[in-house]
Amino acid sequence: MSAQATDITGAGSSFVYPVLSKWSATYAEKTGNKLNYQSVGSGAGIAQIKEGTIDFGASDAPMSAEDLAKFGLGQFPAVVGGIVPIVNLQGVAAGQLKLDGALLADIYLGKIARWSDPRIAALNPGVKIPDVKVTVVHRSDGSGTSFNFTNYLSKVSPEWASKVKFGTAVEWPAGVGGKGNEGVSQYVRQIPGSIGYVEYAYAKKNAIAYTQLQNAAGKWIEPSATTFAAAAATADWKNAKDFNLIMTNAPGEQAWPITATTWIIMYKKSKNASHTKVAFDFFKWSMENGQSQAASLDYVALPDTLVKQIEAYWAAEYKN
Amino acid sequence: MHATVSSNAPTTARAEEAARNARDTRNDRLFGGLLKACALLVLVSLIGAAASTLWLGRDAFATFGWGFLTSSEWDPSNNRYGALVPVMGTVTTALIALIFAVPVSFGIALFLTEIAPSWLRGPVSSAIELLAGIPSIIYGMWGLFIFAPFVATTIKPWLMNNFSADPPDGQVSWLVTHVPFIAKFFSSEYPFFGAGVLTAGLVLAVMIIPFISSVMREVFQTVPTRLKESAYALGSSTWEVVWDIVVPYTRTAVIGGIFLGLGRALGETMAVAFVLGNTFKFTPSILETGSSIASTIANQFGEAEGLQKSALMAIAFLLFVVTFIVLMIARLMLRRLASKEGS
Repeated sequence: MSAQATDITGAGSSFVYPVLSKWSATYAEKTGNKLNYQSVGSGAGIAQIKEGTIDFGASDAPMSAEDLAKFGLGQFPAVVGGIVPIVNLQGVAAGQLKLDGALLADIYLGKIARWSDPRIAALNPGVKIPDVKVTVVHRSDGSGTSFNFTNYLSKVSPEWASKVKFGTAVEWPAGVGGKGNEGVSQYVRQIPGSIGYVEYAYAKKNAIAYTQLQNAAGKWIEPSATTFAAAAATADWKNAKDFNLIMTNAPGEQAWPITATTWIIMYKKSKNASHTKVAFDFFKWSMENGQSQAASLDYVALPDTLVKQIEAYWAAEYKN
Repeated sequence: MHATVSSNAPTTARAEEAARNARDTRNDRLFGGLLKACALLVLVSLIGAAASTLWLGRDAFATFGWGFLTSSEWDPSNNRYGALVPVMGTVTTALIALIFAVPVSFGIALFLTEIAPSWLRGPVSSAIELLAGIPSIIYGMWGLFIFAPFVATTIKPWLMNNFSADPPDGQVSWLVTHVPFIAKFFSSEYPFFGAGVLTAGLVLAVMIIPFISSVMREVFQTVPTRLKESAYALGSSTWEVVWDIVVPYTRTAVIGGIFLGLGRALGETMAVAFVLGNTFKFTPSILETGSSIASTIANQFGEAEGLQKSALMAIAFLLFVVTFIVLMIARLMLRRLASKEGS
């Protein structure tokens, strides 16, 4: 118990906001140190940490090595979550429909007109799919969810990689845009034959039919905490400088292909030593003790191997 | 002694009066200056806001030049931006909102001032003020969860059956085969999907009705009873009193109220972001999805960097320009109306 409570501030990704606020409540009870987190979006979080107005930033996309070096920043992953395709097809239940990456990319490129397409049928023998028009739903707001989703499509489809590329917002070749997870899922609910993508926690809470995906190892995978953890564990973190690695299409046998993480970004040479100390203490505590709370919100805490790497990174890069 | 008193008294009085006058003049000047500062503050902050969006959007204007206004592209991953679709979406949704909101507001205001029994005026007036006070995000959620599905199941299929070349029921209507171009305005790739330009326009209409109708109600009340009673005494019907006395008497203020509503419709953000569909496709159809300036900024600002942020600032500047042009047109219309009357 510290004699005097220190309040630390952070800003950025809305993806981690629920779990950060849960962690910070418990952490404040234990230590008296409060965390004040503004869920303003990854881009704004990065901008604020560059200006040094906050103790840490959180971003769904990693910062580039040059930018990190230029501003004297370091970054490390904090928590893992999954992004799932959702569909509105009458008679098709959650987890029934199977899609592979190339097909998903072609759907989002607008190349698949109807659900009766032979490529969809070939992957789904025995599933009765209604013959309706395919309507693509995407996020209209810039978001880490779109960043990871389009990053995955870029990895599995050369055409996507050259034409559309990836980012928090892209020029979508087809479909309509809903605002936020709730906008996308509401549009998907309203349009028969539509397909969208949302955070897994959102699909699960609202009982929306998600699909299976084929991962890099060729296995059919259902989204779940286990398969997200498998992706986090098998991603090649060792060779990623500053953890600059996007986890999509991870190689593991059990890995869910669209698994995402949020990076915490902090100054290597701290501007305010006491705040930085509390911030590190908070993240160390959350990585070691926060698993169950993360799980209750359908996030996955980092695998032990990764936590060890992060602690080694701290020791090596953050010398205060 | 007496003389001094008699000569002194008026002098003191005059001196006092002069001092008071000087004080009054000074106070008046101070007060006038204060008021002037308040009024100028509006002008300064408006110009300041417009200038800062122009300054922050300079990269986008410099990169794309005039093409920024005519391009319908919005491609953040390749850093290519054009303002055509958001500008058009902003103007179209606001126009649709006006087309629906003005007659309804007119009806509400006339009913309240001319026809409604006095016990009904209070509750309806408070209801209007309450509607005006609802935050736009609530209109957005209402639009997304309740109104858009209604449009999708009822309004849109009906419109498409009657006016589009590709109706959901498969039978192309007489109108479409005989009236050219009409099908262009009522086509949609998604017959059973509610979000779109029309839906956004209708939600905006609901949002601006309280503004327009309460201004109209206030100004209709300023029409002197004398005038109306004389007209009634000459045997006019209620309609004639309204059309020949109330409306001409209040025209300028009524149009002012309409433009207050239009201003809100042009700049509305949250509600539109939820029900417009947020796509950057150039289409004349009001049943298709689109985007507006305010919704584009709200959607992308949080994650935008570099040229994208600059492009967002540039379209914010265009919103100033669009609003300014619309107000100019309104002024011109008013002037022409006034000169027609010969007043």
